[in-house]
Amino acid sequence: MNHLVRTSTLGAGLAALALAASACGSSDSLEGSGESDSGAIVVGSQDYYSNEIVAEAYAQALEAAGVEVERDFRIGQREVYVADIEDGSVDLFPEYTGPLLQYWVPDTEARLADDVYAALQDAAPEGVQVLAQSEATDQDSYVVTRAFSEKYGVTSIEDLADVPVPLTLGGNSEGENRPNGPQGLEAAYGVQVDFTPIEDGGGPLTVKALQDDSIQLAIIYTADPSIAQNDLVVLDDPRGLFLASHVVPVASDKVDADARATIDAVSAALSAEDLVALNERSVTEQSPAADIARDWLAEEGLD
Amino acid sequence: MSLAGDAWRWLSSAESWTRSGGVVERLTEHLAVTGTVVGIATAVALPLGIAIGHRRRGGGVVVALAGAARAIPTLGLLTLLGLQLGIGLSAPVLALVILAAPPILAGAYAGVAAVDPALVGAARAIGMSERQVVWSVELPLAAPVLIGGLRSASLQVVATATLAAYTADAGLGRYIFTGLKSRDYAQMVAGAVLVTGLALLLDALLALAQAAAARRTHARPVPEGTR
Repeated sequence: MNHLVRTSTLGAGLAALALAASACGSSDSLEGSGESDSGAIVVGSQDYYSNEIVAEAYAQALEAAGVEVERDFRIGQREVYVADIEDGSVDLFPEYTGPLLQYWVPDTEARLADDVYAALQDAAPEGVQVLAQSEATDQDSYVVTRAFSEKYGVTSIEDLADVPVPLTLGGNSEGENRPNGPQGLEAAYGVQVDFTPIEDGGGPLTVKALQDDSIQLAIIYTADPSIAQNDLVVLDDPRGLFLASHVVPVASDKVDADARATIDAVSAALSAEDLVALNERSVTEQSPAADIARDWLAEEGLD
Repeated sequence: MSLAGDAWRWLSSAESWTRSGGVVERLTEHLAVTGTVVGIATAVALPLGIAIGHRRRGGGVVVALAGAARAIPTLGLLTLLGLQLGIGLSAPVLALVILAAPPILAGAYAGVAAVDPALVGAARAIGMSERQVVWSVELPLAAPVLIGGLRSASLQVVATATLAAYTADAGLGRYIFTGLKSRDYAQMVAGAVLVTGLALLLDALLALAQAAAARRTHARPVPEGTR
């Protein structure tokens, strides 16, 4: 479901990008207040469950450090909330390096995690600080089954070039002509694959096709709980076929050095596996974001 | 409207038709899926419908079941079957058979059951076997309604066979899914136009067959010497 939602909102997002770009700088939030008057740090989040859990973790860590926090969650999509961050009505927001960089610099050529992060720091407008990125990612990735990975010794996309059997990639039909689809695999890695459409956005039909060996490769979000549930292997992408998308907090100037240190500790503790585990709790147990974040902070000794 | 123009340009380009994955290939796949599905559904549902109509019992159950089966959402069923059978054509074919069977079953049953019981009685009275009653009396008279069931099933299948592209690299649905997801609306509209055209064509052919059967039933000249 989330893939569907995110894909469609991505579409809407791209359409609104031009609008938002022309409006940015002059637009106020709905409250129209600009910087919030109270001393509290306003933490925002996307309308995306995984993002809300991370936002909740920031908020609770700050509260534990004695900072007054106000929550303004589920604001919506990037073109809405980035304006709020830029005008200071939201002070802290969990973001994703690649997509945010593309929002500010649509024609960026940075693909790999560190390049993207460096470019993002340059691209951030005045008054917006980009804090340290976390190891956790939420981005498209190529996955194979554990059995396939072990049989052919494949842990990176590069290794696929040496696999002696023909490979078929399964995914939504639009993936066939995307730069990270079959042409991208061929151009960047010299890997030839066939393509078969499975229109469920990396959902259960795609996983089933992988397990049946009807396809050998699929594109699934790195933070999707089904990767762990089905023991799939995410392949490394050393040449940056997919835009790196690490979880990264963006903050206003109101977030001072002490608060930054608190948030940095959260980012440092958030591993890729942690994010998947947090998402899984949300998907399978339907627990509230606040509970999931509280348990995780306790586990990490950050509460 | 540039969209209609773009769709027309897409449709009228020779490359759209002849390339690998072009219209010729997709149209052939689409017809093959439709033919397979209607063939299987007919093989299962037609004899069953005729048998129930001939015995004139159990009709209420058939109508109720057929009506209920039509309410099954094919896309949901396809996902469910796909999780059992894997990707490829078997899941969409099975899902479409379940879509096609009820109208065929209902048409066959309704057609045969509507034959005047007096005629059937008369056929038995002149010494016809049950097989002869079915083949020579009931089926010719039931043909228009029976073909109507086939026609309704074919129309639904040819239009819904676009779903084959949900789990397989086949059929005209590929253009619709790809066009929709990559916002290539010209391709999507062209795919929809092709499916619509194919559906209308197939429906027109079956309407002709139905009309021919109806003429045969109602306007058959009475043979000499039987008056």
